[in-house]
Amino acid sequence: MNTLVLVEHDNASVNDATLAVVTAAAKLGDVTALVAGADCGGAAEAAAKIAGVSKVLKADDAAYGEGLAENVAPLVAGIMADYDALLAPATTSGKNIAPRVAAMLDVMQISDILSVEGPKTFTRPIYAGNAIATVESSDEKLVITVRGTAFEKAAAEGGSAAIEDVSGAGDAGISSFVSREVADGGDRPELTSAKVIVSGGRALKDGETFEQIINPLADKLGAAIGASRAAVDAGYVPNDYQVGQTGKIVAPEVYIAIGISGAIQHLAGMKDSKVIIAINKDEDAPIFQVADIGLVADLFNAVPEMTSAL
Amino acid sequence: MKILVPVKRVIDYNVKPRVKADGTGVDLANVKMSMNPFDEIAVEEAIRIKEAGKAEEIVAVSVGPAKAQETLRTALAMGADRAILVETDEEVEPLAVAKILKAIADEEQPGLVVLGKQSISDDSNQTGQMLAALMNRPQGTFANTVEIDGDAVVVKREIDGGLETVKLTMPAIVTTDLRLNEPRYASLPNIMKAKKKPLDTKTPADFGVDITARLTTTNVAEPPVRQAGEKVEDVDALVAKIKELGIA
Repeated sequence: MNTLVLVEHDNASVNDATLAVVTAAAKLGDVTALVAGADCGGAAEAAAKIAGVSKVLKADDAAYGEGLAENVAPLVAGIMADYDALLAPATTSGKNIAPRVAAMLDVMQISDILSVEGPKTFTRPIYAGNAIATVESSDEKLVITVRGTAFEKAAAEGGSAAIEDVSGAGDAGISSFVSREVADGGDRPELTSAKVIVSGGRALKDGETFEQIINPLADKLGAAIGASRAAVDAGYVPNDYQVGQTGKIVAPEVYIAIGISGAIQHLAGMKDSKVIIAINKDEDAPIFQVADIGLVADLFNAVPEMTSAL
Repeated sequence: MKILVPVKRVIDYNVKPRVKADGTGVDLANVKMSMNPFDEIAVEEAIRIKEAGKAEEIVAVSVGPAKAQETLRTALAMGADRAILVETDEEVEPLAVAKILKAIADEEQPGLVVLGKQSISDDSNQTGQMLAALMNRPQGTFANTVEIDGDAVVVKREIDGGLETVKLTMPAIVTTDLRLNEPRYASLPNIMKAKKKPLDTKTPADFGVDITARLTTTNVAEPPVRQAGEKVEDVDALVAKIKELGIA
């Protein structure tokens, strides 16, 4: 099977999520990576080095620079004439573009796969991760988005794929990019690829308290900072901190949930973490049913004490 | 301008779904069903656009069983003007729903189609994008803010790492994210009035759409269960455990 991986990148380097997609694609067959962007030579070079990628297609055009689905999807759909499967990361960018490609090819997309069970059989979570469905496609071509935390990341170095230029129709002329506001994460690791995550909930009271309690602990552990939907909705932190069904899906080695009750919406986003540590003053909080290590205590005393002891 | 708002009847978000013992699916018998939460946000946004004088009519659509009428009545009670039920007892996949919605959009000619970003049942996150592709119209997915600007719509989108603003030529397709708005409750008088609003019933065949499933679900299983671990007595014990893990 010839597979095409839609590479997520910033025109200079390849996003981590793509490495997991390459692993999933390699389970199906030969892997070609597609880098569509503007001045994306750097990203194409990086994609060529990923272990397991046998060819890189580079579509360098101003129209693809901001990843607008209206422009990128027709390009991908055209290239798919030569491929059996398209795999994209289940990130906001992949989720935006892949279904548009699927409809253009008249196939059903398989969203957010957790495993490859056969050439056309995959598992995926439904009902916020409360059930795992095994689905088999009857479509001739496959369009798939891949949950990054469910697959090992392919090595970013070691490959030496040839880079080939491709072109498409360019600007569809029905949408335009206006601006982007990137939340400032400072030097912290990115949430979805962090080894350790310290996450706070509504119990943190307000934005200032959240920062005072959570940040020093995260600094000590070199951790990324996450939050529950309640903390985001209450305005303590920006919404890209949100871990859960409607936010980011994470699976770090250690997830520390502070003042988070453990609603199913939240658990859907973090229950695949290797070790879960929960600090909550309510000993009946559902978070303790999934936590490997729990501490029933008032976070306002416990967390600063912990931070200074570490 | 007319706004089309597709809504889906799903298991209520507060209910913990139970997987059937025979692995055929999730048990929906005697389970509370409601409007998909993202669709409530879509209905609310359509109403706010109408209240701002930028739209004249809101048409709510649902593809599903006869009981999806209740979901449409909820949309009517919130403020939609009329409703279309495309009735079928089959489970209809996003691609087929998108084809039905395209056929309806071809008839109704809406300036905007506002959908939820995903249904909390199948978690697909596809229908809006697929509809946009089939109509060859622009898409503003995961909308955080929607502003009508003449014959264009400016959508601020929630993306990994922050927010992105795009400008789309109408007609356009918008899918709602959680923070777009706070949906209103339908008042009792409005629920009563909604009973008199028009609701047309159609079938997928009326639109010539084949709803045969492309994906076969061969099994539905419980996710692996995590074992609850131990509770530690105090902060010192917790710190010792963290040190054992080797992260500090």
